[in-house]
Amino acid sequence: MSNLKETFLTPLGLNNPVAVQVLGICSALAVTAQLEPAIVMGLSVTIILALANVVISLLRNTIPNRIRIIVQLVVVATLVTIVSEVLKAFAYDVSVALSVYVGLIITNCILMGRLEAFAMANGPVDSLVDGIGNGLGYAIILVIVAFIRELFGAGTLFGFQIIPDCLYEAGYMNCGLMLMPPMALIILGCIIWAMRAKNPELQEK
Amino acid sequence: MEHFISLFVRSIFVDNMIFAFFLGMCSYLAVSKNVKTALGLGLAVIFVLCVTLPVNYLLYTKVLGPNCLVEGVDLSFLSFILFIAVIAGIVQLVEMVVEKFSPSLYASLGIFLPLIAVNCAIMGASLFMQQRITMSPDSTQYIGGVSDCLAYALGSGLGWLLAIVGLAAIREKLSYNAAPAALKGLGLTFITVGLMAMAFMCFSGLKI
Repeated sequence: MSNLKETFLTPLGLNNPVAVQVLGICSALAVTAQLEPAIVMGLSVTIILALANVVISLLRNTIPNRIRIIVQLVVVATLVTIVSEVLKAFAYDVSVALSVYVGLIITNCILMGRLEAFAMANGPVDSLVDGIGNGLGYAIILVIVAFIRELFGAGTLFGFQIIPDCLYEAGYMNCGLMLMPPMALIILGCIIWAMRAKNPELQEK
Repeated sequence: MEHFISLFVRSIFVDNMIFAFFLGMCSYLAVSKNVKTALGLGLAVIFVLCVTLPVNYLLYTKVLGPNCLVEGVDLSFLSFILFIAVIAGIVQLVEMVVEKFSPSLYASLGIFLPLIAVNCAIMGASLFMQQRITMSPDSTQYIGGVSDCLAYALGSGLGWLLAIVGLAAIREKLSYNAAPAALKGLGLTFITVGLMAMAFMCFSGLKI
């Protein structure tokens, strides 16, 4: 039991897929200009990762070693297609905002990394927990970056205005640069900096 | 011809894969430690892009699009699976051909060739191309034929090469600097890429 808990908790902090293992950076940066798409993206990845982990873990003894990458890609691509169609049907605006990045979940390195490193060697229950943990670890970083970017870039959260009008009248201005691609990189750099300052064992020599 | 050149130049500088869309970030960060390997990976990406994009373009316009295969049937929801299958297949094929006819090139590309199959830059370019086919033909981003496709593939690949070689050169110098211990390595790399992206933002007003 404690083992499962550990499998679930380490990806949220010390072994975070984005900030520590540096996987899945592409989509992590591109969808974080606003909170809503970031949360939808985080949840989509969590669901796909959990399901793909379970499927691959169930199939792991029957997949021939030489074609395992193709099998993994096909399983993931099928799940991504389903999620993308569901998003188009029930959350069209968000799916437009995410544009090609939903499709890019297929090539998200977190998926391939977890499937190779965990699901191929562990049972379905462990894999499910591992998938949810890593998906949420990814989602946390997305939400932090999107929170900072939307709050300071547009003065809103989920599209609602947070910064009061009196501040704008006093001369406060939104930082438009926050919504541009470079700031996503710099904010993520700072998050990694903060994490490593707090956990010296993560530092590179 | 004009559209061809504009598409090419824009995809290098304005719609740069790394700085505008963050595509292929994982291998970009992992392989940018020295200039030589960065150059090898960049060339491999250009090569694979130029082969896979036209194939995916034909696949999408001749087989998957609305009313292509059977009247009244739209198969475009299958594009994710088929694109990734085409990419994985072609990468495998390219690997075998290169190994047979040019062992020296094969040795220098080494592990990068198979890894490219899961590089987001390749898949991303295919998905962006799918988006651009539906744009109006007046748009500078419109892709309306195999030649446009090639221009886009070559331009995006060159943009990616430029970005990775530039970062590798900076990182080679950075490794001698006395940065704070917690910032060293990954954190500093991210901030450097951010600053490079800011520099590339000045191309965004480019009108050709």
